[in-house]
Amino acid sequence: MMENKKLNILIPILSVLLGFLVGAIVMLAFGYNPIEGYAALFQGAFGSMYNIGESIRRTIPLVLSGLAIAFAFRSGLFNIGAEGQVFVGWFAAVWVGVAFDLPAIIHIPLAILAAAVAGALWAFVPGILKATRGVHEVVVTIMMNYIALHTTNYLIRTLLSDGGSQSERIANSAWLATPGLQEMFGYSQIHWGFIVSIIFAVFVWFFLEKTTYGYELRAVGFNPHAAKYSGMSVKRNIVLAMLISGGLAGIGGAMEGIGTFGYMYTHGAFTNLGFDGIAVALLGANTAPGVVLAAFLFGALKVGALSMPPLSGVPAELVEIVIAMIIFFVAASYMIRLVIMRFKKEEN
Amino acid sequence: MEKYVIEMLNIRKEFPGIVANNNINLQVKKGEIHALLGENGAGKSTLMNVLFGLYQPEKGEIRVRGEKIKITNPNVANELGIGMVHQHFMLVEPFTVAQNIILGSEPTKGAGYVDIKQAEKEIKELSDRYGLSVDPSAKVRDISVGMQQRAEILKTLYRGAEVIILDEPTAVLTPQEILELISIMRNLTKEGISIILITHKLKEIMEVCDRVTVIRKGEGIDTVNVKDTNVDDLAALMVGRQVNFKTEKTPAKPKEAILSIKDLQVKDARQAMMVKGLNLAVRAGEIVGIAGIDGNGQSELIEAITGLRKSESGEIKLNSKTITNLSPRKVTESGVAHIPQDRHKFGLVLDYPIAENIVLQTYYKKPFSKNKVLSFKAIYEHADKLIKDFDVRTPSPKTKARALSGGNQQKAIIAREVDRSPDLLIAAQPTRGLDVGAIETIHRRLIEERDKGRAVLLVSFELDEVMNVSDRIAVMFDGQIVAEVKPEETNEQELGLLMAGSSKEKARQKAGEEK
Ligand SMILES: Nc1ncnc2c1ncn2[C@@H]1O[C@H](COP(=O)(O)OP(=O)(O)OP(=O)(O)O)[C@@H](O)[C@H]1O
Ligand SMILES: [Mg+2]
Repeated sequence: MMENKKLNILIPILSVLLGFLVGAIVMLAFGYNPIEGYAALFQGAFGSMYNIGESIRRTIPLVLSGLAIAFAFRSGLFNIGAEGQVFVGWFAAVWVGVAFDLPAIIHIPLAILAAAVAGALWAFVPGILKATRGVHEVVVTIMMNYIALHTTNYLIRTLLSDGGSQSERIANSAWLATPGLQEMFGYSQIHWGFIVSIIFAVFVWFFLEKTTYGYELRAVGFNPHAAKYSGMSVKRNIVLAMLISGGLAGIGGAMEGIGTFGYMYTHGAFTNLGFDGIAVALLGANTAPGVVLAAFLFGALKVGALSMPPLSGVPAELVEIVIAMIIFFVAASYMIRLVIMRFKKEEN
Repeated sequence: MEKYVIEMLNIRKEFPGIVANNNINLQVKKGEIHALLGENGAGKSTLMNVLFGLYQPEKGEIRVRGEKIKITNPNVANELGIGMVHQHFMLVEPFTVAQNIILGSEPTKGAGYVDIKQAEKEIKELSDRYGLSVDPSAKVRDISVGMQQRAEILKTLYRGAEVIILDEPTAVLTPQEILELISIMRNLTKEGISIILITHKLKEIMEVCDRVTVIRKGEGIDTVNVKDTNVDDLAALMVGRQVNFKTEKTPAKPKEAILSIKDLQVKDARQAMMVKGLNLAVRAGEIVGIAGIDGNGQSELIEAITGLRKSESGEIKLNSKTITNLSPRKVTESGVAHIPQDRHKFGLVLDYPIAENIVLQTYYKKPFSKNKVLSFKAIYEHADKLIKDFDVRTPSPKTKARALSGGNQQKAIIAREVDRSPDLLIAAQPTRGLDVGAIETIHRRLIEERDKGRAVLLVSFELDEVMNVSDRIAVMFDGQIVAEVKPEETNEQELGLLMAGSSKEKARQKAGEEK
């Protein structure tokens, strides 16, 4: 019998390969050349320093939203509200970036902190309702997503602009990017947020696996009855998990606000950063290192997709199919587990 | 006709780091009740999971009615007429009994319409035929554990089982329910059905089984006719040494009261009053056993003491400090340890390694953590020590609790609770699912704790256990302590009557007459 650890690594890898395989079959079925298609995808993701820079840039907020979802998952909660938490985090960071004039060393952390607080507050509402009233967090977080979307749109029009659809640009001291870094990566939109995301990945790993807080959160996630029996406060842990999860998603929004864009604009629809975070967490098996790798894969895929139509004629949407299939295979991992077992047995 | 319905020959099954079954042979005749006996972790459940197609053996062959066969999954087992009732039930709680039974083999009436009425009728007939008295339209979450178990048996019969595996069916039953189960088993074998029964209770084996196969540490030891053996020989065969059934102990020397409960009232989850003005005291250096039929407020009483459930009124004092309605953490810290009745629900985080389960109440203290950072070195050293002291059989302290055998999970919990040296140790069904050797050890531990001056509150549905271990027996009926007796001055009949609500005088009189 294979150990579970190995399986947990093997399954995401196999799922990714199978996802690409299905993508190739779809391309073939519609008369495209899959080799050309994937070559274009690779070219688009890693073909030059510019493309690499863009792929990394796309990865940064996905790492944070993925961490947010994974953190909640490990505590037994499904935070669909990352999407809304990204919005309020983005807004808070940009507001701090616009409203203050401070040295960068204070301004940037302050903007990130504001984003974390905003995201945490947004997640606090479903957290406290779940803890005290037993209201399911999925229902409340979905509602909070809509409230976030429309509230930030309103505030951008009124507070951050004069009825416009875009905020002012943040002060340079709050900007996470430097011209030097962008130049090195072929004038792409890359910014130092990748360091922020790595820092928080390490934080999440350490917090969950090595501290008494993480021990409690995971215990509550696995078995709330045993957690209560052993003297942990299930309610407090639910609220704590939502606060941290929301904070992480909020910082994901900050990465867009003070990193990629430097401003915030009114949105007609969701950014999908939060929803993609669910896929990232799932593929990353809800572990911090897994989330970083999965986010990088999805980031690169999404950037690479843009080069597929011009270079190979394959529509960019194909990548969405590949991503969807990867998720499908991870979700169907039970099936894959069975297949692996079968192979193992035939070896014996 | 073939002599054996089931033959398992030279079966070997490995798990990472452990050989759970090694060259085991098991041959079951048609219409017999065949017991499988062995210590906790000997490999009984594993062997049965192999037969039921849940695990694939590394070596060995299985013959069903003489025919060599590979059982690749439970569906194959079902088709071959093999059914299994697991140690932990597998029923969908919000569904009715009938819905549960037909799950996976739903009878349809054209166009995929499930004919539940027809199914209920068939199930009712089956139930009547074997005397199972199960109501097919009752929801599983509303029926007793005993009836849930009979529903599981019905499920196997509905699928045409001719061989039924029962994995420790009596561990979760009340004495009355055990009698019912025994008569059901007899009805089944009369109709030619074979039963493989796993149990740790040697008396049950002597009473209902025809033959018994003993395994020890994964090795097959012997198969003997029950007629030709006795309880002591079986125990020796299984443990590899002589076992003492009567626990040796000196008279208690009780001192000051540790736990005192006054006029306690507690409601259950459905807001029904379950503890109705209960009074009880447990002193340092004594074991008080609570005898009672399941459902007379025992669980609510324990949950109220340990802070898991709110008390409506009354007072609970520990060392003359009031602990009524304190949080579980505060209660634990004031010196209460609790071996919970339901080990899977409360006692363990099954997905945590055994070592991390052992620090479930102490992880936040030194040396297991410093400045909120866990010290895995200290946690694992501590686990190594307890695993050794309490003979928990596990491949490693890193093994997830889920992978331990049922009895060894229980031993891990007991190790954790006893090791904290609490002033008050509450033990609810502490030996449920343990083998006779382990029971002896646990009883000795409880008495040692008593002799160290701790107060022990024992709640058990096993009269044997209550009579053997307690220094004083409090009989609980309808939410109150209705009588207190000394174990040496009472007997099972008298206790039985008291537990059913008779007054002490009446019970004494009646028990006397019956003798
Ligand atoms: N899924 C598993 N993974 C790893 N080890 C396992 C697994 N299931 C059982 N084991 C190990 O195999 C051994 C036999 O376990 P098994 O459950 O068969 O014991 P048992 O005889 O049924 O004991 P009990 O009377 O306590 O229920 C034990 O050492 C146990 O730790
Ligand atoms: Mg077992």
